[in-house]
Amino acid sequence: MELKKTPLYDEHKRLGAKLVEFGGWKMPVQYSSIIEEHKTVRENAGLFDVSHMGEILIEGADALNFVDHIITNSVSKLKNGQICYTPMCYTNGTIVDDLLAYRFSDVKVLLVVNASNTDKDYKWINDQSKGFRVSISNKSPKYAQLALQGPKAEEILTKISGVNLSEIEFYHFTTGRINGIESIVSRTGYTGEDGFELYFDAESAIPMWRRILDIGSSYGVKPCGLGARDTLRFEACYMLYGNDIDDTTTPLEAGLKWAVDFDKAEFNGKEVLVEQKEKGLKRRLRGLEVSKGVARHGYKIFTENKEIGYVTSGTKSPTTGRSLALGYINIEHSKYGTEVEIEIHGRRIPAKIVKTPFYRGSVRSGK
Amino acid sequence: MKKYTKTHEWVEVNEKSATVGISEHAQDELGDIVYVDLPEVGKEVKAGEVLCSVESVKSASDIYAPISGKIIEVNKVLEDAPETVNKSAEGDGWIAKIEISDPSEIDKLLDKTEYDKLVEEEK
Repeated sequence: MELKKTPLYDEHKRLGAKLVEFGGWKMPVQYSSIIEEHKTVRENAGLFDVSHMGEILIEGADALNFVDHIITNSVSKLKNGQICYTPMCYTNGTIVDDLLAYRFSDVKVLLVVNASNTDKDYKWINDQSKGFRVSISNKSPKYAQLALQGPKAEEILTKISGVNLSEIEFYHFTTGRINGIESIVSRTGYTGEDGFELYFDAESAIPMWRRILDIGSSYGVKPCGLGARDTLRFEACYMLYGNDIDDTTTPLEAGLKWAVDFDKAEFNGKEVLVEQKEKGLKRRLRGLEVSKGVARHGYKIFTENKEIGYVTSGTKSPTTGRSLALGYINIEHSKYGTEVEIEIHGRRIPAKIVKTPFYRGSVRSGK
Repeated sequence: MKKYTKTHEWVEVNEKSATVGISEHAQDELGDIVYVDLPEVGKEVKAGEVLCSVESVKSASDIYAPISGKIIEVNKVLEDAPETVNKSAEGDGWIAKIEISDPSEIDKLLDKTEYDKLVEEEK
């Protein structure tokens, strides 16, 4: 299958990006160096092309009820102009995808989903919609999406913003013109830093991208790739679908209880999740500090020769310099401070369970 | 004079031993190197076998022994400064020195021109 390209593909090539396959897309993994781009976001601000993300629009009289049926969090409890992060579960409580739900009104909600899951999600959402008065449309090809992330993001974007960015609270959005281009602007991100995500007509992608890089250059803004996006989200301990969460794990196991609204009368997976909550979990996603080397997805975790879990993500954290990992660990061994071992290239390497997130950036709230 | 492998390692013969590392092209492909799992001194390796692994921010990559022999020295600098491989892959960022057991293996490796051609073809 031919890889999909974002409207900024030629810009990335022109900037000398290293391009890789990601979830069916040809995407920039880095422009200069992952560590350098990572630090740019932590210290100044970085610009990411995340146009590969999927946008699925739910409209109709039952929009709120329908979305609340398919997600674990609640859009009914949001105000118009507010956003929630949420898992979307199968009826067995495992995760179809994790997404952001933008509540525009009582009859309109936009779901922003992972690129590699867009087609699967669209089908799943349609399959769930029987009996609900909603229309579901996949708007992904229509939208370009950029993320400007870092402590200086607001100051920079304000220069070309027709909306008052300081009035947008964390996990809220508005619509208006940025660089003269009609956009959805939200104070959201995937880096642990303050920042904004912009959604606008794919045809305007190049002027928007160039202008932000241009005005940002005196603030140290650089284009940043998926490599830095991954190390940044990892330090902030944001989930990566396919690594930390998938269709074998539940939101509770992943520590996403805060994004599950048990007050709702029903939602996909509720029965299983209630049972897990009442009976207790068998395993839990934990942070690990590794004493030597780097733990990667799939590496096994042991204690005294007994396998007790596996690593879901890991790297040497560019901000802290520590070798860190996330992994599922059997509940009886999951206490903070527990010493475990991770099998790295055939050797058992000592590691310790530590608190998450690994790093707190300029983001205005933890959740 | 340096010789190269198809798997992007280099060897430089110095009398009875040879210095081994990864090519400039390989370090560029790997990106920021954050850890080098240095091999043990005294270990015998065979040409084509895994010599050690190099961790970049994104992934782990196996480095293969270009020639057979006993490892007589490793580059301890890389323990604390793995980024030396990025800065000087074919110089200060060398990985190990191997005692040459079969000089004919070296003749089979690629010279710089052949290696550059291979890199060009892979692009």
